[in-house]
Amino acid sequence: MLDYGPDAILMNGLDGRNWRLKEYEARDGYAALRKILSERIKPEDLIADLKKSALRGRGGAGFPTGLKWSFMPRAFPGPKYVVCNSDEGEPGTCKDRDLLRYNPHSVIEGMIIAGYAMTATAGYNYIHGEVWEIYEQFEEALREAYAAGYLGRNILNSDFSFELYAHAGYGLEGKKGQPRFKPPFPASYGLYGKPTTINNTETFAAVPWIVRNGGDAFLALGRPNNGGTKLFSVTGHVNRPGNYEVRLGTPFAELLEMAGGVRSGRKLKAVIPGGSSMPVLPAGIMMKTDMDYDSIAKAGSMLGSGAVIVMDDSTCMVRALERLSYFYFEESCGQCTPCREGTGWLYRVVNRIETGRGRIEDLALLDNVADNIAGRTICALGDAAALPVKSFIKYFRSEFVHHIDHKECPYGAVEPKWGRSGAHRHSLKEAA
Amino acid sequence: MNKEKVMLSAEALRKIDREVAKYPAEQKQSAVMSALIIAQDEKGWISTETMDEVAGYLGMPPVAVYEVATFYSMYNLHPTGKYKLTLCTCLPCGLQGALEAADHLRNRLGIDFNETTSDGRFTLKEGECMGACAMAPVLLVNNKKMHDYMSKEKLDQLIEGLK
Ligand SMILES: Cc1cc2nc3c(=O)[nH]c(=O)nc-3n(C[C@H](O)[C@H](O)[C@H](O)COP(=O)(O)O)c2cc1C
Ligand code: SF4
Ligand code: FES
Repeated sequence: MLDYGPDAILMNGLDGRNWRLKEYEARDGYAALRKILSERIKPEDLIADLKKSALRGRGGAGFPTGLKWSFMPRAFPGPKYVVCNSDEGEPGTCKDRDLLRYNPHSVIEGMIIAGYAMTATAGYNYIHGEVWEIYEQFEEALREAYAAGYLGRNILNSDFSFELYAHAGYGLEGKKGQPRFKPPFPASYGLYGKPTTINNTETFAAVPWIVRNGGDAFLALGRPNNGGTKLFSVTGHVNRPGNYEVRLGTPFAELLEMAGGVRSGRKLKAVIPGGSSMPVLPAGIMMKTDMDYDSIAKAGSMLGSGAVIVMDDSTCMVRALERLSYFYFEESCGQCTPCREGTGWLYRVVNRIETGRGRIEDLALLDNVADNIAGRTICALGDAAALPVKSFIKYFRSEFVHHIDHKECPYGAVEPKWGRSGAHRHSLKEAA
Repeated sequence: MNKEKVMLSAEALRKIDREVAKYPAEQKQSAVMSALIIAQDEKGWISTETMDEVAGYLGMPPVAVYEVATFYSMYNLHPTGKYKLTLCTCLPCGLQGALEAADHLRNRLGIDFNETTSDGRFTLKEGECMGACAMAPVLLVNNKKMHDYMSKEKLDQLIEGLK
């Protein structure tokens, strides 16, 4: 049996093999959909209960799901879409892979209910390119759901029809991945210009449980404004890296304990509590923080996607930031100047500090470049690149200064130890 | 010049048709990502001729296909080794042994990142997060088959098996 923790509701009863329809049904699967269709529950009542549950988006922004669903213009004629974002790729985040691998029907059922609640005609789950096997498995789960009458025309002999497809890779519209400017928001102009609601995999997976047990019950699992349980991907210097499902509001110290604690003989140094795009926090603050959206925000970071990156006292914070900055430089789509130019700039400056070529003015420069990216771009990737930089310097300034003063990395981390270092650093030097 | 064209097989086109059927009739271009994956599976890499064929098949301007193919790292725009090994070296994986795995692979194969072994069997690539961080080190073979918890022993076994 897979162990996600004693309070798991999304991942309980899973053993890695029992993902198929029959086994999902044995775990009360599709009971929520049956209940909705047989009792003809009104979409507005479903959405009201979802609001009560205080389910917040699990993809990063934490936006209240019930509120988002209420923005869909239900009376709008013609096609409307529900899209599931299974494009997980933010360093540290690896929960949707487990959800799709071990419990794909919970996502399918959640999406069908979303289609019903928002009178959408079709849905797409876009699954990022690297997890091809999970895409194929999801297609198999869809075939099962169609064969059982949960998808397609007149679902379970009701007058509700809904089609659902898996999309491989990125770019649902077949274009290169360049976010479009908002507004207009997807609820009025989304996929193919039609009203669309996008939620994360884990958000959809929580919906059947809420319908079966009620919004109040889900809320009671967590805290006010932070309903339910949440999957946290705990990575880095812990004894048992993995996904753990805990009630929102669980103290960080307890989550750390579940993951086996900091690896032996080492002390906790820093934690990025919500995926690589969020501010880093030092150990002292984290050990006093609870894992819910509001508590982590109060502590100065964000819960984000729930990826908890743990670093012990052997970690060079400059090197850690260098690698993160490289990620954002690599991932920038290049559409907005502050992000396209700024992410490369940030990376080059952190790289020069790490390799002993930094100047003390670089610290102010980094802050300044980060400030000039944040809030000035089309999508949130710009902010995601800027936030780590500011927080790393804020809390670990002395380590940056040490690199600059001594013209070397005190952790003895010499190239080409770190990834990208060899080939990439070489080309940087040539360019300089 | 008489350029020989090797078109996609009927089997590949059938697979592309299955993808096209998922989207509204006037939105065939939504299948371009998977069409390119299918084409790459068949040919090993994606040439301009292949992109042009996909464009024609989906009724897209060729440049729109080039844009997609050049934007994402999963497409090989040049021939690669028989097995493309992509190792995630991003921060979380790096904290959990991916860098040691990288060194092991480099030594074992005798190549650096972005190089191909002289027998044409392996190409080594560094990748960004693949969404499997807790199971680091994570390695992807030919963009499709993911291997996790890749200790040195498991890396050796994998390489032995890929002959
Ligand atoms: C650069 C960037 C990367 C993102 N990556 C993801 C992702 O991998 N998965 C995801 O669900 N949301 C991701 N998001 C957030 C989505 O844009 C969107 O807010 C989310 O899917 C909404 O679902 P939710 O309300 O259920 O969280 C990302 C946003 C940005 C700006
Ligand atoms: S912020 Fe960056 S990733 Fe987002 S649209 Fe602008 S350039 Fe592209
Ligand atoms: S950081 Fe390597 S898979 Fe996510």
